[in-house]
Amino acid sequence: MPNGPSSVNEVSAALAHHGYLPDEGLATAVYLALRLHRPLLLEGEAGVGKTEVAKVLSRWTGGELIRLQCYEGIDASQAVYEWDYSRQLLHLRAAEAAGATIGAATETLEDELYSERFLVKRPLLQAIDHREGPPPILLIDEVDRADDEFEAFLLEVLSDYQVTVPELRTFTALVPPVVVITSNRTRDVHDALKRRCLYHWVEHPDFEREVAIVRLRAPEVADGLARQVAAAVQELRGMGLYKPPGVAETIDWATSLAMLGRNDLSEATVSATLGSVLKYREDQERVRQIGIGELVRHAFERTTAVG
Amino acid sequence: MAEGEPTRIAVAFARVLRGAGLRVPLDSVVTFTDALGAVGLAERDPVYWAGRATLVRRPEDVAIYDRAFAVFWEQVRPLGTTLPEPEPLHITIAVDDGPEGSDDDATAEPSDDPTITLRWSRSEVLRHRDFAAYSSDELHEAQQLMADLRLAGSLRPSRRMIRSRRPRGRLDLRRTVRHALRAEGEAIRTLHLEQGDRPRRLILLLDISGSMEPYARALLRFVHAAVAGRQKVEAFAIGTRLTRMTRELSSRDPDVALAKASDRVLDWSGGTRLGEGLKRFNDEWGIRGLARGAVVVVLSDGWDRGDPAVLGEQMARLSRVAHRIVWVNPLKVTPGYAPLARGMAAALPYVDAFVEGHSLAALQELAEEISR
Repeated sequence: MPNGPSSVNEVSAALAHHGYLPDEGLATAVYLALRLHRPLLLEGEAGVGKTEVAKVLSRWTGGELIRLQCYEGIDASQAVYEWDYSRQLLHLRAAEAAGATIGAATETLEDELYSERFLVKRPLLQAIDHREGPPPILLIDEVDRADDEFEAFLLEVLSDYQVTVPELRTFTALVPPVVVITSNRTRDVHDALKRRCLYHWVEHPDFEREVAIVRLRAPEVADGLARQVAAAVQELRGMGLYKPPGVAETIDWATSLAMLGRNDLSEATVSATLGSVLKYREDQERVRQIGIGELVRHAFERTTAVG
Repeated sequence: MAEGEPTRIAVAFARVLRGAGLRVPLDSVVTFTDALGAVGLAERDPVYWAGRATLVRRPEDVAIYDRAFAVFWEQVRPLGTTLPEPEPLHITIAVDDGPEGSDDDATAEPSDDPTITLRWSRSEVLRHRDFAAYSSDELHEAQQLMADLRLAGSLRPSRRMIRSRRPRGRLDLRRTVRHALRAEGEAIRTLHLEQGDRPRRLILLLDISGSMEPYARALLRFVHAAVAGRQKVEAFAIGTRLTRMTRELSSRDPDVALAKASDRVLDWSGGTRLGEGLKRFNDEWGIRGLARGAVVVVLSDGWDRGDPAVLGEQMARLSRVAHRIVWVNPLKVTPGYAPLARGMAAALPYVDAFVEGHSLAALQELAEEISR
């Protein structure tokens, strides 16, 4: 895939082949990101499958997945590079023992110390200093957790895909990596960074797509059960819960039910396994209040109406 | 398709979007043009999604985009190539689907809600010579004084390490090696790192309902002073809906900032749905991370027309993630005031500090409370 895919459909098919079912909007965004060599910024609720996009891209293109998990206080030494100081100190000691630290020799020693073998490459530099094979997939996960200053720095790196190590040289990417940035939107990502990227707001999948996802990711789950679980989850999302279940929860739930040997939802099974879909006590109480029987009944109605 | 066609279409559509109220910078238009080149112009859906990926950067803008796109595509479609008239002004109005906004926040409109009028007898407000009694000039003056208030959020330990003056804590190998190089390779002195401190995020939730009207003008200025004065401050308005004002208030010029915020907030002096508003804040911003470890300041009289149980529940949720919750109630100073508003009573158990906010002196106290 040297010049990128030739159509949106090709992207949809390839992602599906590798275990991810995108809707048309996401497929178009991925297609454009690959064609225009732009970073792809994915925002959305937790659990809608943002991170998974990078993973599936890696499986598809064969590019190495390089992941940078952001957190508050992340800085260049964790994101780009760091010198391996303890090895440098050891090297100094060794040089000293050999009597190489006196006079004019210090300059040579300094050159030695700041050579590539003492450089610890962190994800951003790894992605840029990639030499052979398909371009790597650089996943910058949960960028909203990092500080604003880090975003500005990221913008600089993503604009020209180069990083300068002052003591050494400037690294420039031969082939720009495919960049996927995710954000849970705990705060607004800066506009300048957004403008650099293609943007897609990832939604929960619709019913049919969710059924297909469950079938694809958990083939051991019977078709009828997959439909009922998807219907019940869609129902749950409409209840105004604090943490509506994501796709991962749907798959987990379906898998656990299948593991328990169930082929149909029932009030008792749902009650026993509610913890695998709803992770807040208040949410579970809410659902119990509304009535689990009701939930199951609706799920059945939906599956019979559609299927 | 002729050469340059995507460019003309992209530029025309960008104009439509700007008319509808979206911010569309030029570089986005360039990207959109490239995207059109990649997906082609033959079908509707690819063009739609190409625009979504390149021109929309916030989910809130999707509705505006959809409307603008529908209009635009209708015009492009039948003629194939002609450009739409750059006069889509009717779209702007369609966006305002909320209640009527008040036209000017400085002119005090009489509240049309009988419940609220009863609670706020004019004489009672005046007796306490507080914000409610300020003239516009006095408000302006107060603005200056508010800008001088030092709103330092309390500190929390940071993950980032800073240089330590004492030989304690983790070894700072980077600086130790540099020093050693200067001393011909001998690490004479070891240098150390220790954990740094960072200010906590400060979140201001301003109640802008009718009952707060006498104070909202002054308190909004206070909120502006806080937002413009330092980083890591977020401001929201709660009325019948929740509006984030941080962006609008971040302008240094108070007049510009207040004008922008007034435009953004559509429900000035409307009813109060404090519990609902707080729920939306928790769902969309707070619990996801904004309020985590933050100092949350609620500026409200606690008058809630919704179910007080909702407010109590939402305060409980908020208190589980926030560092401190400070409630500022301009009414508190009233002699014999007891938190009788049902909302206030429901919220109090979760409040770490309950302070006044009716005058500059009270705001001074508030500033101290925030930095604790």
